This record gives sequence, C-alpha cells and structure tokens, in this order.
Amino acid sequence: MTSLWPQIEPLLAQVTKPARYIGGELGARRPVHAPERVAWLLLYPDTYEIGLPNQGLQILYEILNERGDAVAERAYAPWTDMEAAMRDASVPLFSLENSLPARDFAVLAFNLSAELTYTNVLNMIDLAGVPVRGVDRHASDPLVVAGGHCAFNPEPLADFVDAFVLGDGEEVVGELTEVIGSWRAAGGERRDDLLASLTTVAGVYVPSCYEARYESGRLTGVTPRRADVPERVEKRTIADLGEWPYPKQQLVPLIEVVHDRLNVEVFRGCTRGCRFCQAGMITRPVRERPGAQVEEMVRAGLDRTGYDEVTLTSLSSADFSGIGEVVSSVINDPECSGQVSVSLPSLRVDAFTVGLAAEIQKVRRTGLTFAPEGGTWRMRQVINKLIREEDLYAAVDAAFSQGWRRVKLYFLIGLPTETDDDVLGIARLAGSCAEIGRRYHHNVTVTASVGGFVPKAHTPFQWFGQNTMEELRRKVGLLRDAARGTRGLTLRWHDPEATAVEGLVSRGDRRMGAVVEHVWRHGGTFQEWSEHFDLGLWTTGLEAAGLGLDEIVYRHRDEHEVLAWDHVSAGLHRDFLWQDFQEALAEHGLEDCRWTPCYDCGACTGLGVEHMVASAVPPAGGSQGTGQDLDGAATIPVRFLETAGVSQSPGSAVEHAS
Amino acid sequence: MRIRARFTKVGRVRWTSHRDVARMWERALRRGRVPVAYTAGFTPRPQLSFGLALPTGCESVAEYLDIALDSPLDPSELARGVGPLLPEGVDIVAADVVDPGENSLQEDVSSCTWEIHVPGIAPDDLTETVGRALDAELLPIQRERKGRVVIDDLRPSVLALSCAGPDAGGTRLLAELGTRPRGVRPSELAQALGVELGIARRTCQWIERDGSRWEPLTVDLSGPAAVWERAS
Repeated sequence: MTSLWPQIEPLLAQVTKPARYIGGELGARRPVHAPERVAWLLLYPDTYEIGLPNQGLQILYEILNERGDAVAERAYAPWTDMEAAMRDASVPLFSLENSLPARDFAVLAFNLSAELTYTNVLNMIDLAGVPVRGVDRHASDPLVVAGGHCAFNPEPLADFVDAFVLGDGEEVVGELTEVIGSWRAAGGERRDDLLASLTTVAGVYVPSCYEARYESGRLTGVTPRRADVPERVEKRTIADLGEWPYPKQQLVPLIEVVHDRLNVEVFRGCTRGCRFCQAGMITRPVRERPGAQVEEMVRAGLDRTGYDEVTLTSLSSADFSGIGEVVSSVINDPECSGQVSVSLPSLRVDAFTVGLAAEIQKVRRTGLTFAPEGGTWRMRQVINKLIREEDLYAAVDAAFSQGWRRVKLYFLIGLPTETDDDVLGIARLAGSCAEIGRRYHHNVTVTASVGGFVPKAHTPFQWFGQNTMEELRRKVGLLRDAARGTRGLTLRWHDPEATAVEGLVSRGDRRMGAVVEHVWRHGGTFQEWSEHFDLGLWTTGLEAAGLGLDEIVYRHRDEHEVLAWDHVSAGLHRDFLWQDFQEALAEHGLEDCRWTPCYDCGACTGLGVEHMVASAVPPAGGSQGTGQDLDGAATIPVRFLETAGVSQSPGSAVEHAS
Repeated sequence: MRIRARFTKVGRVRWTSHRDVARMWERALRRGRVPVAYTAGFTPRPQLSFGLALPTGCESVAEYLDIALDSPLDPSELARGVGPLLPEGVDIVAADVVDPGENSLQEDVSSCTWEIHVPGIAPDDLTETVGRALDAELLPIQRERKGRVVIDDLRPSVLALSCAGPDAGGTRLLAELGTRPRGVRPSELAQALGVELGIARRTCQWIERDGSRWEPLTVDLSGPAAVWERAS
C-alpha cells in the first residue's frame, strides 16, 4: 500500500478549505498495517467539518486501533470541488492518516446519521473504485458496512451495503474483525461465505440474506433466504457505559468544525418517551456514566486538548443524576480558573435548568435554546412532550432575567392530529416569550425554528402519514402571517421539499435503492445542503422506479401493515408502539419510566439490560409528569379551539387539503 | 509583560488558514498553562496578536506572534513548554520579551522575503522573465475586490527579485515584496510574471526605519538549523 499524498497535494491548491484533506488532528493515529490486521476505513458521508466531531466514529476508531488484529483510519466526503479535482486526476478516495486508497482497506464502514447523506454513501463507494451495488462486488473488494441511527431502517441502502450494525457498536466491531480475519486467514476466496458468517454476529443484518416480497405494489415481508439467519435481527446494547470510557483521546482538528469543543457523553438512551423522537426510542434503556468517571473524563479531556468548553452530551443532559456535582466540579476547578464553560445540549424546559445554565455559563451568555416542539398543550400531550406553558414562561423569564438576550425555540409542524390552531399556537407561544423578554431588555430576539415532522421507524408515529409538502407550506404560511409584526419574534423554517425527501428515505423499502442510485447518478450529492438539494432528481427517480410520495410518505399505514423495518428490532414491542400511538391520538401523555413503573416497551426485558440511573428520584423540575403536577396545564394561558379541519385517524384515507 | 515568538509553518499544516493557526496557539497555550492575559468583558479572549496573515497554502519560517501575559515568564520556558504542544510543522524558533513601547507587528513590518518554487520552467527562462519584470514599468494583475475585478500594479511592491537554483530545492524566485498598502501574495507575483506557482515560503519579515532594516526577532542559530533541515 503506497501513500497517495504526492498525487493529493497538488489538488489542494485548487479547492476550498484544503485542510479538510490533510488530517493531522491531535489524537489521530498513524496505524501500521500488516496482513494479519483487518484494516477498517471509517467513513462519514458528509464534509469533514460535520463528520469529524461524530463521537460514534471516534469511539470505534479508538477501540479498533487498540486491538492487535485491526487498524482503523478515517475519510469524510470530499466537497464537490475536491471530488471534481480527484476524478479529473484519477485520485481515488483516500484515508486521512496514511493517504491510502480506500479500496485497499478490508472494510469500508459508514456512519449513518442522516437520511439525506445516502447519495454521498454511494458516491464515496464509487470514488473508492468499488462497485456501488453489493451484488457486483468480488472477494477482493472491501466489505461495505454501515451503522448509526439510520440503520434502523436499512432497506433504502440494502442494495449497496453488505452488512448493517444495529445499536451500540463498541462490542460488535471487534466481533466483526474476528469474523473477517478468520475468513481471510482461510483464503478469503468466496464473498458469500463471508456474508454468511457475518450473520452469526448478533446485531448484524446482512440484507442479501433476506428477500423482500411485494404484492400489488406493496411490501408484504422481508424474509430470510437461508434457514440459518434470524427472522428478526435484534440491536446490540452495551449494558454499562462505565466500561467504555471512550473517546479517551478525542480528536482535536486543525480547522474549525461543528461542535468544536470537548464532548463527554454522560448517558445513553432516553425514556422521556417523546413520541416523535427516534433517538429516544431506539437507544433505550438509559445507561448513565458514573459521575466520577464523567468528572475524570472532563478533567483529563480539557487538560489534553486545550479546549475551553465542554459539552456534556446525551439526549437530555439536565436529567443526568450527577449533573449538579459534575458541573460544579468543573467550574470550580482551580485549574480551569473560570475560563472553561460547560454546555448542555437540548436544555430541558424549566427554571431549574436555566439556573443550572446560569451557573455554568458565567461567560459567553449569548443564547439559550428550548424545544417545546408543540404550540399547544393539547399538541404536546399528543407528542408526549409534557411541558406546561407556565414552565416554558418561567424558563424564558429566568433566562431573560439572568442576562440572556436571545432565546431559540424549536417546534415541529405536521404532527398527528394537528389543527391550524395548534400551528398558530407556535406563534402565540413564541410571541409571549418575546413579550416576557421585553420586561427585562429593550432588544430581545426569540427565534421560533419550525421543522416539518418526519415520522421515523421504531417510533409510535411510524404508521402516521406525513403532511404533504403543500400542507407544510400552507402551515408555514399561516405562521408567517401570524408572526408578522410581532416585535422580537423571528421565524425560521425547514424547507418542506427536503422534509418530504427525508420522509421518503426514512420509511422507504428496498425499492428506494433505485431512487437513491438515480439521484446519485445524476449528480445529486450533498442533498442535506440547501445549495445542492434537488427535489427534481428525487421525483424523476421515483417516476423511473414506479414509486410515489403518496404511497411511501403521505399515506397512513394501518396496524397490521408490514413495515419496511419490521425485520430489524430496536428491542421495542410493536404492540407497545401501536398502543402508544393510540394514546397519542387520545391526547394522553405517558410518564418517564425511569422513576415510574415499567410500561414494558420491550427495551429492558428483551435485551436483558436495565436502566442504570444513579438517582432514585426524578430530577428537580420533573420529567414528563414524574415529579410534577401537570393539573391545569391546559388552562394556562392559551385557549384552544375544538379540533377542526383534517381528521387524522390512521388507516383512513386522508386527503391533506392544501 | 509581552513575549514575541517566531515560529514556522511548514509541511501539511501549510494548508490551514491564518485563523486556524491562531486557534492552534490558543489551545497550545492553554495546555501549556501559560498565564496568557485575557480581555475583559462578556466574551473574554486571549490577548494574542499575530502579524501579517500568511496565505493558506504558503509555508513560512518567519511567522510572529505577540503574547500578553498576566505574570512574567522566561521566554525560553515558552519555547520549551509550548513548542511540543503545537502541531507538526509549527515550531517555535525564537522567543523574547518585547518592550512595552514597541509597535505591533502589523504596524511595523514593511516587507517580506519569499522563496517561491516555480515548477516546470527552464532556469534560463526564469532568469529572462525576472529581468523583464525588473525592467518593466508596470506589472499589472487582475484581482477580485469586493466582487469586482480590479487591475493592480505590483511593480512598486516588488522591492527585489532574483532567481535561485536549480539545485536540490528546484528552480526558485527570491522576492522581497512590500506589505503596504497591502501585502502582495506570491500567487499574485506568479500571475504578474506568467509563471506557475509551486510552494512559496516566507523566509523573513522586515521592519525598516531610518534607512536600516531588521527582523522582529532573529533566529538563534543553535535551534533553527534543525528546523531548516526538517522544513526543506
């Protein structure tokens, strides 16, 4: 294997941000390859700046490089100018560490964090000089694997990815290394043998061992082609996060990237049970990292990296049992001398959390973000985001009174049972927040950021028909009209066209592969970048494949319909999800099960693991009704109208008026 | 107290930007627990001032940085403690205390010496090109400024120009380019001369006053020899 650097370097003068392609991060390894070591290339199908901070990729990078039988290097999607320069000069996709051609690696392992990156996956396989379709690959080609949240509906990529890993990857990468190593040691002649042996690893789904069947244009099942593979592949879960204190050597890039700070994962999983949230459903149960280990990882991490900011990551970090202690230990550490700031992503909506934020953000107090998600209490009961308006107002009041001038609020539109009044509730709620702000400051900004809801696999809303582009556009229009003239309120919204395509890839079945390939072959890379997103490519791709948005995206599914991802499992019982969907439609909330009796969603019992939570009581501020009194939430202070307009009961053919 | 450091930027790291270099230094100084002074206010920033920006892609063995400190520090400590914490290719080659009355680097430096590789040219052709450029009254280039194409004359900023090589380092231009009213980039010189641009390396920055000139910090000869070897 020879370094491609002499061919790469002349290209760098022609491209934007050339340092994307030079590696050299603090923490980067220079692995030494050897025939007996399985070489992994870990790929992130987006730009360096987006991909580098990905913690999942960094964790696996370290675990693999610590093994005697593996090496791991990294690659990110070259931006369009670099791709053109590479193709022009016949330079293939290369690794950052040793500048090696991607196709010299035994495994190309993709992180799948967003559906709109799928065309980049194909592009990177192609840039590597590897056939994009699995059936066209030979024994000498690398094995293409993929993991990450999107792997929970693997079907749209089933034609291109040889094996998917479901759930936590910490243990699986080692097991895969051993299987691949033995196959190679035995001669490595038949690719089919390798694929078959991969199915013996728990949590690994090999799509070519399964057949998708259809009847009258609709999927009727994805079933094993061989007797020795499981009908349903269960995800992997590490029981104790404390045994995996990774990354130990977080990569510190030479150039600025997103989340450019120390990141320490404080827990994995979430049981707040927000019904729209795929991450909260597929990562259960909750597994907290021991507080002392968090403190040590923060201390050692700051010391090693020179960062002056640390983020305690998880799906809801203020819920971490030891949050108060950890925060005060960091900010009171004399070594940090008041110059280190701590940030918590996804702040909980309550005054306690703001108090915590005030304590830790003594410096750089710029903006705070809350995610009420729904504009009315009724809507928030449907989605199980049990935040009362008075909680939001108290949180916002606390934020403005303690010096913040900008508050950002996240909302979803296109949720099940949503009425126009629920949509308009967003403008009312955000407008009231701006009003609260003006009691404290002359100039405040409240930004309401509105995204179109995309139902995801393995959530209670997986059966729900997504709002059409036109309907979302109409709702955005309602909000724009309502927000116009409200002082201090800024409205931002996500492109409804991109939302439709995200829906397409999120819940599509294996036939979607042809569409993804069509878009890629017509130059549709970087589809999550608005300047490159091209709806036309997707619609022509759908037409060519004889598919449509109505069938895949906008249609409500019924209870017994086969879903494209039924043969992979996140541990959740399908009947739990359906029941929770029915509760949603009945506007019933569900408490957080960390501190209340089990609902038997299936995650703990099926996987033989348990919630690992240090605190026996819910956090101050409560969680989804646990430790809270939610009575009267509906009466304060926004009045809501009777449900009007569209009926959204599943199974009925609903016309979405535009 | 203010310490001035002279450092290199050679090898792969040349593809990072001026801003990236600033951030590398901030992290390295924090890791080295250097008592850097911070600005007061809502968003405290370390008080570091870098000299003239080096264009992305260029190398240098003459970059400078002034560091304001809260408490005194032996300049050699800085080089010893922080040097190893900087990325490969960034090496501290000199450090000294700066007088409180001293001007900032931005104000003081009036020209830079560059060594510019010119690939794919016969040495004689380069000599001829250089001769013609020195004889010319105008050296016009096109450049984009605020979205509009403007014509600039480089001739007044070309203070010296000659050829070097061919030798182990290839065929090169040696140029002293003015920094006022704006710094001329090696790529602009290459454009004006109509030659291809290879790796360009800044070798000196000059302060000129009252007819004499000097470098903001001269390199202590015990250290830099090694750096030069590694860099070339």
